[in-house]
This record gives sequence, structure tokens and C-alpha cells, in this order.
Amino acid sequence: MSSRVFKVWRGDKSGGRFVDYQVQAEEGMVVLDAIHQIQRTQAPDLACRWNCKAAKCGSCGAEVNGKPRLMCKTRLDALPPGEVVSVRPMRSFPLIRDLVTDVSWNFQVNQKIPPFTPRPDATWIMQQEDVDRVQEFRKCIECFLCQNVCHVVREHDLKQHFFGPRFFVRIASLQMHPMDGLDRMALLKDQAGLGLCNVTKCCTEVCPEEIHITDNAIIPMKERVVDRYYDPLAWLWRKIRNAR
Amino acid sequence: MTQTELTAAADHGVGMTARRDAWWLQPLLIFIGLTTFGVYAIWAAWQGNNYLYVGHGAYYLSPFYSPDLQAIFGFQPPFSFAFLVLWIPLGFRASCYYYRKAYYRSYMLDPPACAVGEPKNRCYQGERKFPFILQNLHRYFFYLALLLLVSLWYDAIRALFFRGPNGGLQLGLGVGTLVLFFNVITLTAFSFGCNSCRHLIGGQLNCFSCSCTTRTRYKLWRGVSVLNLKHMEWAWVSLFAVGFADLYIRLCAMGIWHDVRLW
Repeated sequence: MSSRVFKVWRGDKSGGRFVDYQVQAEEGMVVLDAIHQIQRTQAPDLACRWNCKAAKCGSCGAEVNGKPRLMCKTRLDALPPGEVVSVRPMRSFPLIRDLVTDVSWNFQVNQKIPPFTPRPDATWIMQQEDVDRVQEFRKCIECFLCQNVCHVVREHDLKQHFFGPRFFVRIASLQMHPMDGLDRMALLKDQAGLGLCNVTKCCTEVCPEEIHITDNAIIPMKERVVDRYYDPLAWLWRKIRNAR
Repeated sequence: MTQTELTAAADHGVGMTARRDAWWLQPLLIFIGLTTFGVYAIWAAWQGNNYLYVGHGAYYLSPFYSPDLQAIFGFQPPFSFAFLVLWIPLGFRASCYYYRKAYYRSYMLDPPACAVGEPKNRCYQGERKFPFILQNLHRYFFYLALLLLVSLWYDAIRALFFRGPNGGLQLGLGVGTLVLFFNVITLTAFSFGCNSCRHLIGGQLNCFSCSCTTRTRYKLWRGVSVLNLKHMEWAWVSLFAVGFADLYIRLCAMGIWHDVRLW
């Protein structure tokens, strides 16, 4: 058992500071264990959101050594040995207290997306190859690390004009669904601000579920927007097909 | 217990971050790699000579000068004719989704790396306004790149034939032939792994199992997806291959290197 120094953000929206804590590191320990040990032994008022401790509830997102991660999925032995471990709240969302942020913006965005709307002729018999793509997106645990790291939100603070990677994934899962009959292309292009994404793939890098957010959701949606709004040949082809 | 005064927003500003890893290394290497290739490509295209090696019966044409418009149409533009062709691969690569990531990060620092501060830009518009809205033309550059690929495959196959002492063509193999085949194979893998190709070939469908045509497109889409998974790797290998092919042919044509006939 060795001792490690944790530098944990303490404070609220009025201000705060990093506070150093000594943690007795044990084999197999994750950052969330260390936070719990700090709560138990040194700072019972340390605020931290968590639930399953199994990387499935998506509650314990934070920035460990500056990288957005789930605390319950970040093993201490995967961090550089001997170095101080810094833990701070996700930077893109308003701080409530210590490591807890207000992620309600994400739920507001979610409500703007029209839900699954079956086609009138939906047969409800689907082949596996038709739902494989959508199933990848269903792995999302809504930890919002992708929303936190996306520079459109984080650096440019364009929350009013941008839905963010998590919700591009949700829209992609609906648009690619073989039984869905609703068209969300105008929403994607205008209200969701898909064009603000410059495909720098940070969302994919931080996804704890390893969803290929950029390649399998955002880029295919960008290409569908091109089909609809920017490709004159696709436009001509649609006209010819509709005329037949 | 010690306390360090530091605001949560301390990493605002270019390169500011709480990350401790070498996040700057990848954008730096990409910057060096792309700049080196760009400078070499412009220089090589500017030269207008030493792009064809015909020594010892070989026929190796540099990919920067393919197709050989000067030989096909017999005209002599006032500038190197490579520039009549090079805008196609330049446009294809510049609008490629991988390269977009690479140069947005390395040249525009937008962002330089994940969770790293970037220059303050109050008018950030992403790819919604000119000039970056032109990225939406990527598929048209893909169509044009396919035409160039036909020409490059012709050049590689032509490099299999060597002119004999009696003037006839004989099947053969030189190091230059291998260089040209390596170039065209990697460029083909890069081009067909392109995200626009993946979309056009099947990604735009919602139902893969609905008809014989969609089932065929699904199989093609899966094949393209395999290439697409390594699109970054193909992008770099093909970039190196095309630069090296030009360099090899140029040095052979200048008499500095000597092509070895393997068969």
C-alpha cells in the first residue's frame, strides 16, 4: 500500500481552489475509490456525483489530470506513478459544488429532438444488419464527457446554437433506424448546428463506451446534410426519381 | 492538507491545459509532416522536369505529373503542367475528414488537442460559412480522384513493360515498378476508405436488407468500412508513398539513383 497525493477541486460558482489530500492507494483502486476514501477520512463534505461504480450510469464524469474521464473507470495504476493526481469537475457545465456540475442543459437539448416516429408501413420485422449501426449508439450512457470536451461547447460556449456530439449520436440513431419515418435533416443543419462541428474527434477520444461518435454518427449525418443541401447532383437525382 | 489557489477556468488561452501528457507532440509531428510534404510537392511540381524516367527501357512517370497531359495533348503551358492536375489530390486531401481534423488541430489550433485551450475566436463558425463550407464538396473531389486513380493504375501497369533493344516491349520488374505499385495501392486504399465513399456506397441507406441491390451495397459498405477504420493510417502511408515515388523517379532521372531491374 502506497500513499498518493490527490489535488481535488473544492468550491462552488463563487470560486474555489485545489486542495491536497493524501490517499492510501491499494491494488486495483480507481479514482472514485480515492475520492470515497477522502470523503470517509478527511473531507466528509466533499461533493461528488456517482451511482453504479461500474462505468454504466455515467454519473462520475470529471477531469483527471486534465482529461475528461469517468472516475470509476480510471485506475490509479494507469496514471503516471508518483505524480500528484488532479481531479476537477467537468469544465463546460456550470459548477454546483466541488466535483458536481449542472448538466441540465443536456436534458433541455434532448427535449428538442423529435422522438422515434414509426413509418406508417413499418413491419416491425428487422434484420440484424439493419440495426447494427443503431445498436452501437444505444451503448451511450449519457456521461456527457463528449459534450464536455467538445471545443464548440468548451471553448466557444455556443450552447445556444449547438446540440453537441451526444445528441448527434441520438439523432443518427433515429435517422438510421429502418422503421423511423421522420426527417430530422433541417433540425440537424439549422437548430442542432451540425456545421459547427469541425470533426476534430475529441468526443470519440473520451467516450468511455468507445462509440465511434465522429466516424459512425457525425460524419454520416454531415454526408446526409450534404445530400440534402449541398450536392446539386443528388438534388437532380431526387427530382428525376420523384418525376417518375 | 494544503490548498492551492487556482480558478477552475485557469486553462483558458492558447495551449493552456491541466493535461500532463505530451499532448503537443501529435499536432507538432503532423505540422512537420504536412509542411514538409507541402513544400516538397510545390517544389517538385514547380520544376517541370525530371518527372519521367526512361533509362534502361523503363517508363516511370511521377504521380505528380500523371496523367502526362503534355504528352497526351502535345501542348506546352507557360507553367509546369503538374499544376493542372495537382489541385485534384490537393482538394481531395484538404476536404478529407481525416485531414480536416489534422490541420484544424495542427495549423489552426482549433483545438490543438482535446481539453487544451485555443485562440479566442469570437466568430467561430465551424464549417457553416465560407471558406470551410466548401468542405461539403468533398465527394466531388472524390469523383475526380477516381479519374486520377485510373491514370495512376495505368502508369503502374505501364511500368511493368520495358523497351527492349529491338524496340519492342517486354514484361519486367524494376524497383521503380514496385514503388509505383505501392503508391497506387495505398492511394486506392485511401480513396476507397474515404467517408464520402462510405456514405455513397451504402451509408446513406436505412435498410440494408430491403432488396438485392441494398444487400449488395451493404456488403460493399462493410468493405469500405474496413478501409475507413484505418483511414488515418492510409492517409499518411499514401502521402509518403506519393512523395517517395516522385523522389525516386526524380533522382533516377537525374542520374543520382540507379533503378535496379529485378526481373
